[in-house]
Amino acid sequence: MPSTREIRRRIRSVENTAKITNAVQLVAASKMRRAQLRAEAARPYAESMRGLLANLADAGGDADSESLHPLLERREVQETAIILITPDRGLAGGLISNLQRHAGSLVLSPDQAGGISMVPVGRKGLDYFSRFDVPFRGEFQQLGDYPGLDDTRPISRIVIDDYMSGAVDQVSLVYASFVSTVQQRPTTIQLLPVEAPVAESAEAGSEVEYIFEPSPEAVLDELLPRYVEMQVYQAVLESAASEQSARMVAMRNATDAANDMLGDLTLQYNKARQEQITSELLDIVGGVEAMA
Amino acid sequence: MAKLTLEIITGEQLLLREEEIDEVVAPGSVGELGILPQHAPLVTSLQAGSLRVKRSGGEDDFFISGGFLEVRENEVKVLADSAERGTEIDLERAEEARERAESRLRGEESVDRARAEGALRRSLIRLKVGRRRRRGRADMAPGAGGAE
Repeated sequence: MPSTREIRRRIRSVENTAKITNAVQLVAASKMRRAQLRAEAARPYAESMRGLLANLADAGGDADSESLHPLLERREVQETAIILITPDRGLAGGLISNLQRHAGSLVLSPDQAGGISMVPVGRKGLDYFSRFDVPFRGEFQQLGDYPGLDDTRPISRIVIDDYMSGAVDQVSLVYASFVSTVQQRPTTIQLLPVEAPVAESAEAGSEVEYIFEPSPEAVLDELLPRYVEMQVYQAVLESAASEQSARMVAMRNATDAANDMLGDLTLQYNKARQEQITSELLDIVGGVEAMA
Repeated sequence: MAKLTLEIITGEQLLLREEEIDEVVAPGSVGELGILPQHAPLVTSLQAGSLRVKRSGGEDDFFISGGFLEVRENEVKVLADSAERGTEIDLERAEEARERAESRLRGEESVDRARAEGALRRSLIRLKVGRRRRRGRADMAPGAGGAE
Protein backbone atom coordinates (compact mmCIF):
# COMPACT_ATOMS: atom_id res chain seq x y z
CA MET A 1 0.00 0.00 0.00
CA PRO A 2 1.60 3.28 -1.02
CA SER A 3 1.74 5.96 1.63
CA THR A 4 -0.63 8.93 1.54
CA ARG A 5 2.26 11.19 0.61
CA GLU A 6 3.15 9.12 -2.43
CA ILE A 7 -0.44 9.10 -3.59
CA ARG A 8 -0.72 12.83 -3.13
CA ARG A 9 2.34 13.33 -5.27
CA ARG A 10 0.88 11.20 -8.05
CA ILE A 11 -2.41 13.09 -7.88
CA ARG A 12 -0.59 16.36 -8.38
CA SER A 13 1.35 15.05 -11.35
CA VAL A 14 -1.77 13.66 -13.04
CA GLU A 15 -3.54 16.95 -12.42
CA ASN A 16 -0.76 18.82 -14.17
CA THR A 17 -0.87 16.47 -17.13
CA ALA A 18 -4.62 16.93 -17.41
CA LYS A 19 -4.18 20.70 -17.39
CA ILE A 20 -1.74 20.53 -20.29
CA THR A 21 -3.76 18.10 -22.40
CA ASN A 22 -6.85 20.19 -21.79
CA ALA A 23 -5.10 23.36 -22.91
CA VAL A 24 -3.78 21.69 -26.07
CA GLN A 25 -7.26 20.37 -26.75
CA LEU A 26 -8.82 23.82 -26.52
CA VAL A 27 -6.23 25.36 -28.82
CA ALA A 28 -6.62 22.55 -31.35
CA ALA A 29 -10.40 22.91 -31.28
CA SER A 30 -10.31 26.57 -32.21
CA LYS A 31 -7.64 26.04 -34.87
CA MET A 32 -9.62 23.13 -36.23
CA ARG A 33 -12.66 25.27 -36.84
CA ARG A 34 -10.67 27.81 -38.79
CA ALA A 35 -8.76 25.18 -40.74
CA GLN A 36 -12.02 23.51 -41.73
CA LEU A 37 -13.50 26.81 -42.88
CA ARG A 38 -10.45 27.48 -45.02
CA ALA A 39 -10.61 24.06 -46.59
CA GLU A 40 -14.25 24.71 -47.44
CA ALA A 41 -13.57 28.19 -48.79
CA ALA A 42 -11.13 26.76 -51.32
CA ARG A 43 -13.68 24.35 -52.71
CA PRO A 44 -15.57 26.58 -55.21
CA TYR A 45 -12.35 27.46 -57.01
CA ALA A 46 -11.24 23.86 -57.23
CA GLU A 47 -14.62 22.78 -58.52
CA SER A 48 -14.82 25.50 -61.16
CA MET A 49 -11.34 24.63 -62.26
CA ARG A 50 -12.22 20.97 -62.58
CA GLY A 51 -15.23 21.89 -64.71
CA LEU A 52 -13.13 24.11 -66.92
CA LEU A 53 -10.53 21.42 -67.41
CA ALA A 54 -13.19 18.85 -68.27
CA ASN A 55 -14.57 21.22 -70.92
CA LEU A 56 -11.13 21.84 -72.32
CA ALA A 57 -10.33 18.15 -72.55
CA ASP A 58 -13.60 17.78 -74.42
CA ALA A 59 -12.80 20.64 -76.74
CA GLY A 60 -9.78 18.69 -77.89
CA GLY A 61 -12.37 16.81 -79.88
CA ASP A 62 -11.46 13.36 -81.02
CA ALA A 63 -7.80 13.98 -80.48
CA ASP A 64 -6.42 12.01 -77.58
CA SER A 65 -6.55 14.40 -74.63
CA GLU A 66 -3.10 13.18 -73.56
CA SER A 67 -1.48 14.72 -76.59
CA LEU A 68 -2.84 18.20 -75.83
CA HIS A 69 -0.24 19.14 -73.26
CA PRO A 70 2.97 17.69 -71.76
CA LEU A 71 1.45 17.71 -68.28
CA LEU A 72 -1.29 15.37 -69.50
CA GLU A 73 1.04 13.02 -71.27
CA ARG A 74 1.45 9.58 -69.76
CA ARG A 75 4.99 8.23 -69.96
CA GLU A 76 6.56 4.95 -69.06
CA VAL A 77 7.30 5.28 -65.36
CA GLN A 78 10.96 5.08 -64.48
CA GLU A 79 11.10 7.64 -61.72
CA THR A 80 8.31 8.39 -59.27
CA ALA A 81 8.17 11.31 -56.89
CA ILE A 82 5.98 11.32 -53.80
CA ILE A 83 4.89 14.46 -52.02
CA LEU A 84 4.15 13.59 -48.43
CA ILE A 85 2.24 16.10 -46.35
CA THR A 86 2.51 15.64 -42.59
CA PRO A 87 2.17 17.89 -39.55
CA ASP A 88 5.20 19.62 -38.07
CA ARG A 89 4.26 18.72 -34.54
CA GLY A 90 3.18 15.61 -32.73
CA LEU A 91 0.48 14.99 -30.11
CA ALA A 92 -1.95 14.09 -32.86
CA GLY A 93 -2.84 10.54 -31.90
CA GLY A 94 -2.42 7.91 -34.56
CA LEU A 95 -2.52 10.37 -37.46
CA ILE A 96 1.20 10.73 -37.96
CA SER A 97 2.16 7.08 -37.66
CA ASN A 98 -0.69 6.16 -39.98
CA LEU A 99 0.65 8.61 -42.57
CA GLN A 100 4.20 7.38 -42.15
CA ARG A 101 3.14 3.78 -42.52
CA HIS A 102 1.00 4.57 -45.54
CA ALA A 103 3.80 6.46 -47.29
CA GLY A 104 6.32 3.84 -46.21
CA SER A 105 4.34 1.11 -47.91
CA LEU A 106 4.57 3.09 -51.16
CA VAL A 107 8.18 4.16 -50.89
CA LEU A 108 9.81 1.08 -49.43
CA SER A 109 7.81 -1.65 -51.11
CA PRO A 110 10.12 -4.14 -52.83
CA ASP A 111 7.99 -4.40 -55.96
CA GLN A 112 8.42 -0.70 -56.69
CA ALA A 113 9.67 -0.49 -60.26
CA GLY A 114 12.16 2.22 -61.10
CA GLY A 115 13.52 4.97 -58.90
CA ILE A 116 11.65 6.81 -56.20
CA SER A 117 12.19 10.16 -54.56
CA MET A 118 10.25 12.29 -52.12
CA VAL A 119 9.22 15.84 -51.36
CA PRO A 120 8.38 15.82 -47.66
CA VAL A 121 6.19 18.67 -46.45
CA GLY A 122 6.11 18.92 -42.68
CA ARG A 123 8.70 17.83 -40.15
CA LYS A 124 7.19 14.50 -39.16
CA GLY A 125 7.51 13.07 -42.64
CA LEU A 126 10.93 14.61 -43.11
CA ASP A 127 12.34 13.14 -39.89
CA TYR A 128 10.88 9.72 -40.55
CA PHE A 129 12.14 9.34 -44.11
CA SER A 130 15.55 10.84 -43.36
CA ARG A 131 16.33 7.47 -41.80
CA PHE A 132 15.85 5.67 -45.07
CA ASP A 133 17.83 5.78 -48.24
CA VAL A 134 15.37 7.92 -50.19
CA PRO A 135 16.50 11.03 -52.06
CA PHE A 136 14.57 14.27 -51.44
CA ARG A 137 13.75 16.60 -54.32
CA GLY A 138 12.96 19.35 -51.90
CA GLU A 139 11.69 19.70 -48.39
CA PHE A 140 9.27 22.04 -46.71
CA GLN A 141 8.38 22.65 -43.12
CA GLN A 142 6.83 25.32 -40.95
CA LEU A 143 4.06 26.19 -43.35
CA GLY A 144 2.13 27.34 -40.31
CA ASP A 145 -1.35 26.49 -39.12
CA TYR A 146 -3.07 28.37 -41.93
CA PRO A 147 -0.92 28.05 -45.04
CA GLY A 148 -1.84 30.19 -48.06
CA LEU A 149 -1.45 29.60 -51.77
CA ASP A 150 1.82 31.49 -51.73
CA ASP A 151 3.21 28.99 -49.22
CA THR A 152 2.25 25.93 -51.22
CA ARG A 153 3.11 27.20 -54.70
CA PRO A 154 6.84 26.32 -54.42
CA ILE A 155 5.90 22.70 -53.73
CA SER A 156 4.02 22.33 -56.98
CA ARG A 157 6.70 24.34 -58.79
CA ILE A 158 9.34 21.72 -57.96
CA VAL A 159 7.39 18.75 -59.22
CA ILE A 160 6.08 20.54 -62.33
CA ASP A 161 9.61 21.55 -63.28
CA ASP A 162 10.96 18.06 -62.68
CA TYR A 163 8.11 16.55 -64.63
CA MET A 164 8.58 18.87 -67.58
CA SER A 165 12.32 18.24 -67.67
CA GLY A 166 11.75 14.50 -67.63
CA ALA A 167 13.46 13.93 -64.28
CA VAL A 168 10.31 12.27 -62.97
CA ASP A 169 7.57 10.46 -64.86
CA GLN A 170 4.91 10.34 -62.22
CA VAL A 171 4.09 12.36 -59.12
CA SER A 172 1.84 11.20 -56.31
CA LEU A 173 0.51 13.17 -53.41
CA VAL A 174 0.06 11.55 -49.99
CA TYR A 175 -1.89 13.43 -47.34
CA ALA A 176 -4.41 12.96 -44.56
CA SER A 177 -7.78 13.55 -46.12
CA PHE A 178 -10.34 15.00 -43.78
CA VAL A 179 -13.38 12.74 -43.52
CA SER A 180 -14.79 14.02 -40.25
CA THR A 181 -13.59 15.35 -36.93
CA VAL A 182 -13.07 11.82 -35.67
CA GLN A 183 -11.85 10.29 -38.92
CA GLN A 184 -8.90 11.17 -41.12
CA ARG A 185 -7.67 8.87 -43.82
CA PRO A 186 -4.22 8.67 -45.39
CA THR A 187 -4.87 9.14 -49.09
CA THR A 188 -2.80 8.90 -52.26
CA ILE A 189 -3.72 10.78 -55.41
CA GLN A 190 -1.90 11.00 -58.70
CA LEU A 191 -0.83 14.57 -59.30
CA LEU A 192 1.12 14.20 -62.54
CA PRO A 193 0.43 13.39 -65.28
CA VAL A 194 -2.84 15.25 -64.74
CA GLU A 195 -5.84 13.04 -65.18
CA ALA A 196 -8.38 15.23 -66.89
CA PRO A 197 -11.74 14.98 -65.17
CA VAL A 198 -14.65 13.86 -67.30
CA ALA A 199 -17.39 16.39 -67.97
CA GLU A 200 -20.50 15.72 -65.93
CA SER A 201 -22.63 13.17 -67.70
CA ALA A 202 -25.79 15.17 -67.05
CA GLU A 203 -24.50 17.86 -69.36
CA ALA A 204 -23.48 15.48 -72.09
CA GLY A 205 -26.76 16.02 -73.90
CA SER A 206 -26.67 19.80 -73.79
CA GLU A 207 -23.10 20.20 -74.81
CA VAL A 208 -21.94 23.79 -75.02
CA GLU A 209 -19.59 24.94 -77.71
CA TYR A 210 -17.17 27.29 -76.04
CA ILE A 211 -15.08 29.91 -77.74
CA PHE A 212 -11.54 29.70 -76.38
CA GLU A 213 -9.36 32.76 -76.32
CA PRO A 214 -6.62 32.86 -77.44
CA SER A 215 -6.93 29.09 -78.18
CA PRO A 216 -7.76 25.89 -76.29
CA GLU A 217 -4.06 25.02 -76.14
CA ALA A 218 -3.09 28.42 -74.75
CA VAL A 219 -5.79 28.29 -72.07
CA LEU A 220 -4.79 24.75 -71.18
CA ASP A 221 -1.21 25.88 -70.92
CA GLU A 222 -2.20 28.42 -68.28
CA LEU A 223 -4.73 26.23 -66.58
CA LEU A 224 -2.81 23.01 -65.96
CA PRO A 225 -0.06 24.38 -63.70
CA ARG A 226 -2.72 26.19 -61.67
CA TYR A 227 -4.75 23.01 -61.47
CA VAL A 228 -1.77 21.20 -59.99
CA GLU A 229 -1.12 24.09 -57.60
CA MET A 230 -4.70 23.95 -56.52
CA GLN A 231 -4.60 20.26 -55.80
CA VAL A 232 -1.51 20.64 -53.67
CA TYR A 233 -3.04 23.61 -51.87
CA GLN A 234 -6.22 21.70 -51.13
CA ALA A 235 -4.29 18.71 -49.85
CA VAL A 236 -2.31 20.97 -47.53
CA LEU A 237 -5.49 22.62 -46.25
CA GLU A 238 -7.16 19.29 -45.65
CA SER A 239 -4.07 18.01 -43.88
CA ALA A 240 -4.15 21.04 -41.60
CA ALA A 241 -7.79 20.38 -40.75
CA SER A 242 -7.01 16.70 -40.18
CA GLU A 243 -4.07 17.52 -37.95
CA GLN A 244 -6.03 19.81 -35.67
CA SER A 245 -8.97 17.41 -35.49
CA ALA A 246 -6.76 14.45 -34.69
CA ARG A 247 -4.98 16.47 -32.04
CA MET A 248 -8.18 17.67 -30.49
CA VAL A 249 -9.63 14.16 -30.26
CA ALA A 250 -6.39 12.65 -28.96
CA MET A 251 -6.07 15.33 -26.30
CA ARG A 252 -9.69 14.99 -25.27
CA ASN A 253 -9.14 11.26 -24.74
CA ALA A 254 -6.00 12.00 -22.76
CA THR A 255 -7.82 14.52 -20.57
CA ASP A 256 -10.65 12.05 -19.95
CA ALA A 257 -8.19 9.30 -19.07
CA ALA A 258 -6.37 11.61 -16.68
CA ASN A 259 -9.63 12.55 -14.97
CA ASP A 260 -10.56 8.87 -14.58
CA MET A 261 -7.19 8.22 -13.06
CA LEU A 262 -7.64 11.16 -10.72
CA GLY A 263 -10.89 9.60 -9.44
CA ASP A 264 -9.19 6.29 -8.74
CA LEU A 265 -6.25 7.94 -7.03
CA THR A 266 -8.47 10.10 -4.87
CA LEU A 267 -10.33 7.02 -3.72
CA GLN A 268 -7.05 5.29 -2.92
CA TYR A 269 -5.84 8.34 -1.07
CA ASN A 270 -8.96 8.53 1.09
CA LYS A 271 -8.72 4.85 1.92
CA ALA A 272 -5.09 5.15 2.87
CA ARG A 273 -5.81 8.21 4.99
CA GLN A 274 -8.65 6.47 6.80
CA GLU A 275 -6.49 3.43 7.44
CA GLN A 276 -3.83 5.65 8.90
CA ILE A 277 -6.31 7.35 11.21
CA THR A 278 -7.74 3.99 12.30
CA SER A 279 -4.35 2.61 13.13
CA GLU A 280 -3.44 5.78 15.05
CA LEU A 281 -6.70 5.51 17.00
CA LEU A 282 -5.95 1.88 17.78
CA ASP A 283 -2.53 2.89 19.02
CA ILE A 284 -4.00 5.52 21.32
CA VAL A 285 -6.75 3.21 22.61
CA GLY A 286 -4.17 0.47 23.17
CA GLY A 287 -1.94 2.91 25.06
CA VAL A 288 -4.79 4.08 27.28
CA GLU A 289 -5.75 0.51 28.07
CA ALA A 290 -2.20 -0.40 28.93
CA MET A 291 -2.05 2.49 31.40
CA ALA A 292 -5.35 1.59 33.04
CA MET B 1 -33.89 42.26 -70.38
CA ALA B 2 -31.63 39.50 -69.19
CA LYS B 3 -28.88 40.39 -66.78
CA LEU B 4 -25.59 38.79 -65.88
CA THR B 5 -24.61 36.88 -62.77
CA LEU B 6 -21.02 37.36 -61.76
CA GLU B 7 -18.83 35.25 -59.50
CA ILE B 8 -15.28 36.17 -58.61
CA ILE B 9 -13.50 33.19 -57.08
CA THR B 10 -9.93 33.03 -55.84
CA GLY B 11 -8.08 30.01 -54.57
CA GLU B 12 -8.71 31.16 -51.04
CA GLN B 13 -12.30 32.30 -51.13
CA LEU B 14 -15.42 33.24 -53.04
CA LEU B 15 -14.89 36.99 -53.25
CA LEU B 16 -18.12 38.05 -54.87
CA ARG B 17 -21.38 36.64 -56.13
CA GLU B 18 -23.79 39.15 -57.54
CA GLU B 19 -26.77 39.10 -59.85
CA GLU B 20 -28.41 41.83 -61.94
CA ILE B 21 -25.23 42.99 -63.61
CA ASP B 22 -25.31 44.87 -66.90
CA GLU B 23 -21.75 44.55 -68.12
CA VAL B 24 -18.41 43.08 -67.11
CA VAL B 25 -15.21 44.45 -68.63
CA ALA B 26 -12.29 42.09 -68.14
CA PRO B 27 -8.56 42.17 -68.97
CA GLY B 28 -8.40 39.24 -71.38
CA SER B 29 -4.98 37.93 -72.34
CA VAL B 30 -5.55 39.09 -75.93
CA GLY B 31 -7.06 42.41 -74.97
CA GLU B 32 -9.77 43.93 -72.88
CA LEU B 33 -13.17 42.45 -73.46
CA GLY B 34 -16.65 43.55 -72.48
CA ILE B 35 -19.30 41.00 -71.73
CA LEU B 36 -22.96 41.85 -72.09
CA PRO B 37 -25.93 39.61 -71.44
CA GLN B 38 -26.55 36.92 -74.06
CA HIS B 39 -22.85 36.52 -74.70
CA ALA B 40 -21.79 33.32 -76.46
CA PRO B 41 -20.13 30.66 -74.25
CA LEU B 42 -16.51 31.68 -73.83
CA VAL B 43 -13.41 30.69 -71.92
CA THR B 44 -10.43 33.01 -71.86
CA SER B 45 -7.32 33.48 -69.83
CA LEU B 46 -6.85 36.84 -68.13
CA GLN B 47 -3.83 39.03 -67.61
CA ALA B 48 -3.18 41.36 -64.72
CA GLY B 49 -5.53 44.30 -64.92
CA SER B 50 -8.75 45.79 -63.72
CA LEU B 51 -12.09 44.10 -63.89
CA ARG B 52 -15.00 46.52 -64.08
CA VAL B 53 -18.49 45.61 -63.06
CA LYS B 54 -21.32 47.81 -64.30
CA ARG B 55 -24.81 47.76 -62.91
CA SER B 56 -27.66 50.20 -62.47
CA GLY B 57 -26.39 51.25 -59.05
CA GLY B 58 -22.98 52.23 -60.38
CA GLU B 59 -19.62 50.74 -61.15
CA ASP B 60 -17.11 48.64 -59.22
CA ASP B 61 -13.46 48.00 -59.87
CA PHE B 62 -11.46 44.93 -59.01
CA PHE B 63 -7.78 44.25 -59.41
CA ILE B 64 -7.09 40.82 -60.91
CA SER B 65 -3.57 39.47 -61.12
CA GLY B 66 -4.42 36.89 -63.76
CA GLY B 67 -6.61 33.83 -64.13
CA PHE B 68 -9.54 32.73 -66.24
CA LEU B 69 -12.98 33.83 -67.19
CA GLU B 70 -15.85 31.62 -68.22
CA VAL B 71 -19.12 32.84 -69.70
CA ARG B 72 -22.08 30.55 -70.01
CA GLU B 73 -25.78 31.23 -70.09
CA ASN B 74 -25.48 34.72 -68.65
CA GLU B 75 -23.21 33.49 -65.89
CA VAL B 76 -19.76 34.98 -65.70
CA LYS B 77 -17.25 33.14 -63.58
CA VAL B 78 -13.87 34.70 -62.88
CA LEU B 79 -11.23 32.33 -61.53
CA ALA B 80 -8.62 34.77 -60.30
CA ASP B 81 -5.11 34.02 -59.08
CA SER B 82 -5.73 36.83 -56.67
CA ALA B 83 -8.32 39.57 -56.64
CA GLU B 84 -8.90 42.71 -54.65
CA ARG B 85 -11.74 45.14 -54.53
CA GLY B 86 -10.54 48.51 -55.77
CA THR B 87 -11.68 50.25 -52.61
CA GLU B 88 -9.75 47.80 -50.48
CA ILE B 89 -6.39 48.25 -52.14
CA ASP B 90 -3.92 49.55 -49.62
CA LEU B 91 -2.20 52.29 -51.62
CA GLU B 92 0.77 52.47 -49.29
CA ARG B 93 1.44 48.77 -49.53
CA ALA B 94 0.98 48.82 -53.29
CA GLU B 95 3.48 51.66 -53.48
CA GLU B 96 5.95 49.67 -51.39
CA ALA B 97 5.53 46.67 -53.65
CA ARG B 98 6.27 48.86 -56.64
CA GLU B 99 9.43 50.24 -55.06
CA ARG B 100 10.56 46.78 -54.11
CA ALA B 101 10.06 45.52 -57.65
CA GLU B 102 11.89 48.53 -59.09
CA SER B 103 14.88 48.23 -56.81
CA ARG B 104 15.08 44.53 -57.56
CA LEU B 105 15.21 45.31 -61.26
CA ARG B 106 17.96 47.87 -60.71
CA GLY B 107 19.91 45.60 -58.38
CA GLU B 108 23.03 43.75 -59.40
CA GLU B 109 22.12 40.38 -58.00
CA SER B 110 20.94 37.85 -60.48
CA VAL B 111 17.24 38.06 -60.00
CA ASP B 112 14.57 36.38 -61.99
CA ARG B 113 14.05 39.31 -64.35
CA ALA B 114 10.81 38.08 -65.84
CA ARG B 115 9.37 37.60 -62.38
CA ALA B 116 10.47 41.00 -61.16
CA GLU B 117 9.06 42.68 -64.24
CA GLY B 118 5.81 40.84 -63.77
CA ALA B 119 5.69 42.01 -60.18
CA LEU B 120 6.34 45.59 -61.24
CA ARG B 121 3.64 45.52 -63.88
CA ARG B 122 1.14 44.07 -61.42
CA SER B 123 1.96 46.63 -58.77
CA LEU B 124 1.53 49.49 -61.26
CA ILE B 125 -1.89 48.26 -62.32
CA ARG B 126 -2.87 47.76 -58.72
CA LEU B 127 -1.94 51.33 -57.96
CA LYS B 128 -3.94 52.53 -60.92
CA VAL B 129 -7.03 50.62 -59.90
CA GLY B 130 -6.69 51.78 -56.31
CA ARG B 131 -6.25 55.44 -57.31
CA ARG B 132 -9.18 55.47 -59.67
CA ARG B 133 -11.46 54.33 -56.89
CA ARG B 134 -10.19 56.98 -54.52
CA ARG B 135 -10.85 59.71 -57.04
CA GLY B 136 -14.30 58.39 -57.75
CA ARG B 137 -15.08 58.75 -54.08
CA ALA B 138 -13.78 62.25 -53.75
CA ASP B 139 -16.13 63.35 -56.53
CA MET B 140 -19.13 62.38 -54.50
CA ALA B 141 -20.97 65.00 -52.55
CA PRO B 142 -19.90 65.12 -48.90
CA GLY B 143 -21.77 62.58 -46.80
CA ALA B 144 -23.05 60.69 -49.80
CA GLY B 145 -21.05 57.53 -49.19
CA GLY B 146 -22.38 56.84 -45.72
CA ALA B 147 -24.23 53.56 -45.73
CA GLU B 148 -21.90 50.60 -46.05
